[in-house]
Amino acid sequence: MELGNLTISKTHQGLIKKEFSALEVCQAYLEKLKKEDKKINAFLTVTENLAIAQAKKVDEMILEGREIPILAGIPMAVKDNMLVENIRCTAGSKILENYIAPYDATCIKKLKEAGAIILGKTNPDEFAMGSSTENSAFFPTKNPHDTERVPGGSSGGSAAAVAANLSVFALGSDTGGSIRQPASFCGIVGLKPTYGRVSRYGLIAFASSLDQIGPLVKTVEDCKIVFDAISGWDEMDSTSVKSKIKNPYKAEPSGFRQKSKLQFKIKNLKIGVPKEYFIKGIDPEVEKVIKKAIKKYEEMGAKILEISLPHTEYALPCYYIIAPSEASANLARYDSIKYGEIKNKKLKIKNLFDYYLIAREEGFGPEVRRRIMLGTYVLSAGYYEAYYLRAQKVRTLIRDDFNKAFQKVDIIFTPVSPTPAFKLGEKIDDPLSMYLSDVFTVPVNLAGLPAISIPCGNVSKVNSHASLKSKVSLPVGLQIIGKPFEEGKILEVAKILERAN
Amino acid sequence: MITKEEVKHIAKLARLGLTEREIEKFQKELSKILDYIEKLKEVDISNVEPTSHSIQVENVMRSDEFQIANFKLPGNREVGAKKLMELAPETKNGYLKTKPIL
Repeated sequence: MELGNLTISKTHQGLIKKEFSALEVCQAYLEKLKKEDKKINAFLTVTENLAIAQAKKVDEMILEGREIPILAGIPMAVKDNMLVENIRCTAGSKILENYIAPYDATCIKKLKEAGAIILGKTNPDEFAMGSSTENSAFFPTKNPHDTERVPGGSSGGSAAAVAANLSVFALGSDTGGSIRQPASFCGIVGLKPTYGRVSRYGLIAFASSLDQIGPLVKTVEDCKIVFDAISGWDEMDSTSVKSKIKNPYKAEPSGFRQKSKLQFKIKNLKIGVPKEYFIKGIDPEVEKVIKKAIKKYEEMGAKILEISLPHTEYALPCYYIIAPSEASANLARYDSIKYGEIKNKKLKIKNLFDYYLIAREEGFGPEVRRRIMLGTYVLSAGYYEAYYLRAQKVRTLIRDDFNKAFQKVDIIFTPVSPTPAFKLGEKIDDPLSMYLSDVFTVPVNLAGLPAISIPCGNVSKVNSHASLKSKVSLPVGLQIIGKPFEEGKILEVAKILERAN
Repeated sequence: MITKEEVKHIAKLARLGLTEREIEKFQKELSKILDYIEKLKEVDISNVEPTSHSIQVENVMRSDEFQIANFKLPGNREVGAKKLMELAPETKNGYLKTKPIL
């Protein structure tokens, strides 16, 4: 069993052909995790007992000769902002250091029912606020391609775990790019579904109008399998939607369509490339790799059209009003009374107000405090119209830009991030430069669209160690943005590039 | 640049304890971020409706009756309640205990 090559379908085939048992797969991963996670620190909690119990159940099913679902016995990892019953869930924060989840998130419930095996919880930026996983209150995660660099964030632990083959797949959450940017930095596939497509019940809320759960996986095929398993309307999430659109691109159970059919289809495909995404600030090498990937589609017969999304430059400032505003409201619940506690027992606390101040001073890290302060400021009396209401109106214009573009094109291609993975510590003292890492991903969240990050090449960067200089090869992701509910089309288009590479 | 007093006022509204050093730090950092988001003032937003959600959100209602199923907690009412109460740092007679308000 070579863990490095295991995809979901390969693992599934091995299980039904009895080449290995679910327990053997599970134990092989747990062993690898214990040995190798020291190098990258992807996991906050390893759920060994839970994993072994789940694996044994799957083996019983196989032994009884029952048909098993495609995800049965497949090892997975969960970003530590989604609840798994009776397992600690920290959201990367000290304020939830000892919080034990009382129930399963809807997506976890669905994956458990499908027989997937939860290996553990992965490191996020605190409350998913960040682009490097350095904002975790516990430790930073490192990029498996170069341990001097960040894996991206905030789903950095999940992306690093999959890229380092410590898990077959993982779940992440994406508020402004937190699935796509780490997928790009770690060279794997990451999908942010249409807003409302996957239930947020049991996801620790950051910015509720933007948050969406999605898969981090090795292949496009795996992406579809996990997305199909976790999506769907849920009565427990009032913003989850029943898709009215029948997906004409739904892949057949056997996988994707025949090659000849695809080529016929690609000739009809109109790909939009927004000119506002190729301006100053983008690493020239990244631009080259992205343009080369677009060229490949053109050579295969797709029509490439330059489009304009004129409000692109306002998306990031718009996001940094809306997301902190929603966060300041969502994070008001953390008072260390219902759960959590004040660590410093020596303090004399007179009243409830002081208790709140101390609990939240002890419990929240610098980036979370910064965003709570920012959100509270822009929502405070006298500023609501100037900031929050204005941002909501700009959000309408950003969404309209995409609507207009999609009248002319079927799909939009952009870079995921302006740079490849940056070095640990490089941006941590400059919040604005860190925020810029998400400049190409936040517009998609504001518009609620689905988008994938798919590896499309590598750039080479010089690493300066104390004395010797060495070159590292870093992955770059192409972002493919679709119309609402057209995840199926995005996956088919991504599959073409995957096959070509 | 926002003032120290403003920073203190916002921290109080947000129920965040700050040290003297942090007040100065936030004064600088928040001013820088606010300068950046000022950029939105360039956009003409006359006759534009605000967007709160990218999808149309409808209010979801149910009758005001006790339903343990709606909390999706495992087991019966007692088990579910016990599980939540066990997370609290201080309880008394089945209630959460807090410091006095005044």
